[in-house]
Amino acid sequence: MAVYKAPIKDIQFVLNEVIDVSKLAKLPGYEDATPDTIHAIVEEAAKLCENVLFPLNRTGDEEGCHYENGVVRTPKGFKEAYKQFAEGGWTGITCDPEYGGQGLPATVGFALQEMFTASNQAFAMYPGLSHGAYEALSRHGSDELKKRYLPKLADGTWSGTMCLTEPHCGTDLGMLRTKAEPQADGSYSLSGTKIFISAGEHDLTENIVHLVLARLPDAPGGTKGISLFIVPKFLPKADGSVGERNGIRCGAIEHKMGIKANATCVMNLDGATGWLVGEANKGMTAMFVMMNAARLGVGMQGLGIAETSYQSAVAYARDRLQGRSLTGPKNAGGPADPIIVHPDVRRMLMIQKSFTEGARALALWVGMLIDEAHSHPDAATREAADDLIQMLTPIIKAYFTDMGSECANLAVQTWGGHGFIRENGVEQFVRDARITQLYEGTNGIQALDLVGRKLPMKGGRAAQRLLGEISGFIAQHKGNEKMKEFVEPLEKAMGRVQDSALFLMQNAMKNPDEAGGAASDLLRLMALTAMAYMWNRIVVASHKGLEAANDNAFYEAKIATARFFMARVLPQTVSLNHQIKAGASTLMALPAEAF
Amino acid sequence: MKVLVAVKRVIDYNVKIRVKADNTGVETANVKMSMNPFDEIAVEEAIRMKEKGAATEVIAFSAGPAQCQETIRTALAMGADRGVLVQTDAELQPLAVAKLLKAVVDKEQPGLVIVGKQAIDDDSNQTGQMLAALLGWSVGTFANKLNVADGSVEVKREVDGGLENIKIKMPAVITTDLRLNEPRYASLPNIMKAKKKPIETLAPDALGVDVAPRLKTLKVEEPPKRKAGIKVKTVAELVEKLRNEAGVI
Repeated sequence: MAVYKAPIKDIQFVLNEVIDVSKLAKLPGYEDATPDTIHAIVEEAAKLCENVLFPLNRTGDEEGCHYENGVVRTPKGFKEAYKQFAEGGWTGITCDPEYGGQGLPATVGFALQEMFTASNQAFAMYPGLSHGAYEALSRHGSDELKKRYLPKLADGTWSGTMCLTEPHCGTDLGMLRTKAEPQADGSYSLSGTKIFISAGEHDLTENIVHLVLARLPDAPGGTKGISLFIVPKFLPKADGSVGERNGIRCGAIEHKMGIKANATCVMNLDGATGWLVGEANKGMTAMFVMMNAARLGVGMQGLGIAETSYQSAVAYARDRLQGRSLTGPKNAGGPADPIIVHPDVRRMLMIQKSFTEGARALALWVGMLIDEAHSHPDAATREAADDLIQMLTPIIKAYFTDMGSECANLAVQTWGGHGFIRENGVEQFVRDARITQLYEGTNGIQALDLVGRKLPMKGGRAAQRLLGEISGFIAQHKGNEKMKEFVEPLEKAMGRVQDSALFLMQNAMKNPDEAGGAASDLLRLMALTAMAYMWNRIVVASHKGLEAANDNAFYEAKIATARFFMARVLPQTVSLNHQIKAGASTLMALPAEAF
Repeated sequence: MKVLVAVKRVIDYNVKIRVKADNTGVETANVKMSMNPFDEIAVEEAIRMKEKGAATEVIAFSAGPAQCQETIRTALAMGADRGVLVQTDAELQPLAVAKLLKAVVDKEQPGLVIVGKQAIDDDSNQTGQMLAALLGWSVGTFANKLNVADGSVEVKREVDGGLENIKIKMPAVITTDLRLNEPRYASLPNIMKAKKKPIETLAPDALGVDVAPRLKTLKVEEPPKRKAGIKVKTVAELVEKLRNEAGVI
């Protein structure tokens, strides 16, 4: 069977020894987020994940959501689990204490998000989407809207959604048609159809708060004429309780490849009452703040799925007796050796292990940057942190989710034919992981965001910031003999990023297809380089750990995994560099009719 | 009425136990530690008493190294009001813990002391009984259900043959069995609040207790590895082997 135990020790290692989470409590507003408190939080969340959420993962997948006459029922056990989740305060981790949240830093939120998704992605999406709605509203909503909605979203009594996509427009929101007519009382009447709305309708909460993109009657065309509205399922009464049913209803739920326990809804707005969030025609800007946070969240889903997949693969590889080791029996007393003795099985496990551990460090570092960008007293530090986040967001979204899928597939491969059997629970990871490469902007869109928006942003400042961070590290550790085998490959990989970027600067101006053609490869190249950087930091931390001569096996395993990454994963950067410089001409050589 | 609960820091129940190379004990370095599961049940019961109005304050007690603070914090996060840690790096045996508890009971004057029936590390099943004897209090062991009323406690006990109902006078010591309740998960707000709840740290000397071990551990060994089984052809052969090889019948 698939297994999941929250990787508490690894999370603690990254928090305490790689990114030094004790810095958080020095930031204004986060005084309570001391390492011991964070430790207690992670441990308690782990219990909930392992004992409540994970057992519902496969049953939720088997049963799926039920739709009948506009009403959606979540699978058995979800309602009770959600109640426990909300009552435990886990819906308000990073929310403002003014609105009933716990005011914890993003770093803590990230660590928990990985565990929630790893144990039950479909479940974790419900509170995840509420949090997205909370963020958008808290940044752009009026005080009145904030007072009315934020406490309910923070304590989980109400949930939230993002309603962007329409049948004819997904990526290209400029084509959006949903209309919002101003009413005499200052509210708006919204009509239109939204599709692919995750958690659009369900039975977990007493109300659902939809954040809807729509057009005002006098709005200009394209993305500059889109506004953001809040449209609750039930109109709240003055005392905060739920009142009249609003004209937004679920018309159907999708039958999907994965995340079956999360309701993906067609939402019909028929004169639904809504209120403007932020300024008229500035909806895209408001939505994009939320979108960037959501993209990092989706990246964490990739990591979460990869972790469960890895653990399930290891458990099976240790357990499954089949054949003998190529170098002679390793389980002489038994009928066969466990398949973990085979180099090819090790290859699959090491790819997964080197991804999850490196990615966790990268993700929690970005979490730390978010907290610095938000709360650091020094403006220059805030700006630097924000540049790095901007740069790393599409990288994390695309690379983590691609690897989530790859790790899920490797887990199935490790399980052999038994991985293909539903009862064993591993094939579900492949199906669940697949969506993460698609939603919140497909990974192709992430690559375009990287090449088209993030690289040229502020005259290339964000990109320089990332390269500066890495070259600073290289300069600091280059002389260290023990670090040589890690710093050298990092430096070479960084050289390939620079070389590829130079190629784009020279060619993409003349022919924009060069940028489009290189985008995915460049994103992967930068992701691998960022991972190599984090593995270097992990090795530095492990050397320190070894000096303390405590738990040597743990640190030695880190260093051995870093070696694997440098030797057998990072070399992909060589071919990526070649591919990029081969240019887009071979991609575009055929006329469209030739396909 | 105050309720005192004792919480022991033990190796987490999920951890595979390894014996130290020198056979002096089990490996505890770099091993995940948690609250003894029976003590979690004790904490839960005390908190429920407070929630029902039967108790006014819940005090979590632990004895051992400084890290026992974490175990006390877990109890505080579940809902206990404050903690008392008797800090010592010495090896603590049940009698020493019972004496330390008695000293704290003398100081705090609780109406009820609830402890786990045993800890999952040494499985002694002694501390609660010893404490009751030292205090001269009633004791209700292996509690499956508790009902506090009018200066006495009705205890449903799990005994070999089934369940036994007794009524004992308060103050009393209760030891919890597995089915007394299902301990709650601490909520996030309560974990945050636990940080601000007080933990008093005492030394065994200050309580006038000599914690020196009275028992000597000679050797700790792994249980023998299970040998591969064999198939027998007939019942007669099975009986023969049970009698002559295994010597169990």
